[in-house]
Amino acid sequence: MPASPFSSQQQDDNGDTVLVLAGDINRAAEQEMRGAYEAAKSTPGRLILNFDQVSYVNSTGIALIVAVLTDARSVGREVVAVGLTPHYLEIFSITRLSDFITIYPDMASARTAD
Amino acid sequence: MVSLIRKKRGNQSKPLGTDFADPTDAVGDFPPIPVPVSDPLYAFLLASSGPVDLGGLPLASPTVETLRGHGVEIIVPLVGNGELMGVLYLGPRRSDRPYSSDDRKLLTALADKVAPTIRVAQLLRQQADESKERERIEQELRIAALIQQTLLPKELPAITGWTVDAFYRPAREIGGDFYDFIPLGGSRLGVVIGDVTDKGVPAALVMATCRAMLRAAAAHHDEAGSVLAAVNNALHPEIPPNMFVTCLYAILDTDSGELQYANAGHNLPYVQTSNGVTELRATGMPLGLMPDMEYEQRQYDLALGEVMVLTSDGITEAHNGEGEMYGFDRLIAQVAASGPARTAVSDLIDDLEGFVGPDAEQEDDITLVVVHRSSSARVSAEAFEGLKKVDPKSIASFSVASVEGNERTAIDQVTDAIIHVHLTQEKLEKLQTAVGETVMNAIEHGNKSQEDLDVTVEVLVDTSRITVRVTDSGGEGEFQPAPEPNLEDKLDGLQSPRGWGLFLIEAMVDQVHAHDDGPVHTVELIVNIGEDH
Repeated sequence: MPASPFSSQQQDDNGDTVLVLAGDINRAAEQEMRGAYEAAKSTPGRLILNFDQVSYVNSTGIALIVAVLTDARSVGREVVAVGLTPHYLEIFSITRLSDFITIYPDMASARTAD
Repeated sequence: MVSLIRKKRGNQSKPLGTDFADPTDAVGDFPPIPVPVSDPLYAFLLASSGPVDLGGLPLASPTVETLRGHGVEIIVPLVGNGELMGVLYLGPRRSDRPYSSDDRKLLTALADKVAPTIRVAQLLRQQADESKERERIEQELRIAALIQQTLLPKELPAITGWTVDAFYRPAREIGGDFYDFIPLGGSRLGVVIGDVTDKGVPAALVMATCRAMLRAAAAHHDEAGSVLAAVNNALHPEIPPNMFVTCLYAILDTDSGELQYANAGHNLPYVQTSNGVTELRATGMPLGLMPDMEYEQRQYDLALGEVMVLTSDGITEAHNGEGEMYGFDRLIAQVAASGPARTAVSDLIDDLEGFVGPDAEQEDDITLVVVHRSSSARVSAEAFEGLKKVDPKSIASFSVASVEGNERTAIDQVTDAIIHVHLTQEKLEKLQTAVGETVMNAIEHGNKSQEDLDVTVEVLVDTSRITVRVTDSGGEGEFQPAPEPNLEDKLDGLQSPRGWGLFLIEAMVDQVHAHDDGPVHTVELIVNIGEDH
């Protein structure tokens, strides 16, 4: 599990905005992650965070996700997460992020549920 | 006949007897006749420059009458340093002739020589008396100090998850402060701080009695209030009137952090919490004043990271050069700013010393007890020692510099080390997360990201578990764990979005133990592997 730098890509997906996250979500990812969210702020639809290519999330990463969720909730925007591994599903569950973020296994099921 | 007058603070001068009189004196059994300061003769003699004839002395003086009755004809005042230090009484000359002017000259010369000698003798005697008195006081203080030192705890309780520290410095006149830690069995620990009114040996003896009574009562009563009530009743008939003891007694459950306490008129304990400083109030009369008192008993749960500070009034009532008191506000400010136990004690004492100034003599005993819930490990010290005795095999040990990002290196090296241990993917990933968070804490909080300080990681394995020990240099640091994270509060902006580290660590592994050994801080992560092995 070598360290891999964070990157993100914004996609439009049938009226929703998808942030495809990749690499490690830790302190080194802070600026990029905030920038990616700022860019996606005024786009339409749900904000879907795609974790398919994420290798590692630490406590600082959790804090970054909390910050995104806080801001999105302030404008009443739904936040969705897809592609979480069982390990990070558990972390989302014990931190109770899963109470506030809608979780789907993958993009396909996220689309169906819309 | 010589009468020596001892200088006294009162208004009567008193002859010291007839030590200098010739035992073969023809006057025979001549009694010492004092010259009271109130007698006009006293002032007259003080003003005279030589022998005084009693014959025609125009003084209404009872002493002169007495002296005449004893046949005294001449008085020679012995004046030194402006004080009447003695007198020579002379009867009739043996030749029955009157005293000649040569006799008088001789007497004057004699008086001039004798007065300074008597003065020196008096000073020497006075010095010897004072030195004896000082020695007696010093001896008493030594005894009092010995009693105190013998009875104060020799060592501090070592409890995993807790740091306990204490400070005691007696005033020159021992003030009767005391503190104690009483093991009550299991995870319960009795904590005592008290102050006996009065000073010196009497205070030390009452302190010794009270300490013994507290220990006996603590063994028989499970409730803090009942302990103080029992000690009060036992102490009341034994204690001298006008003496009493203020005392706080608390029972701490070191597993749960539950603190049950009662207070017999002692300074309130303060607790540093994430929401500021809290006073632990409970009412009760000082011990020994009145029998059959009841003591209010209250409870407080010491949360992770909280620091309880117990003090004696020697701290709050210390004065500076301007006569200003240290006071509760300064104490509370110090508690609010305090770090873990060891630094809390030294910081508070430094602040107090800065306040009173370097040359001030300490007015009263200073006593301080600090109890810090430093980590969430919920095992007793014995259990912690027991865990170490399992003697698992060390399979890897390495260090990383305190640079952000090196937690990933540590995760990879731990993963490599346990590659042959059968762990489920789930448990492996959890351990990886816990190791990452622990090493990150060690880098940031323990070693404060100082690149020259290493974080060492040791991996140990036995048949039932994997142990990962992460060690940094933050054992005496000021790290305050974040409060228990609450997502709602974070989303509402009431808590920082951060502060998940310790929460994740505890959720990811089966056991977490933290242990400080001086500056060395070790966190031990344990994952059970029995069912997977």
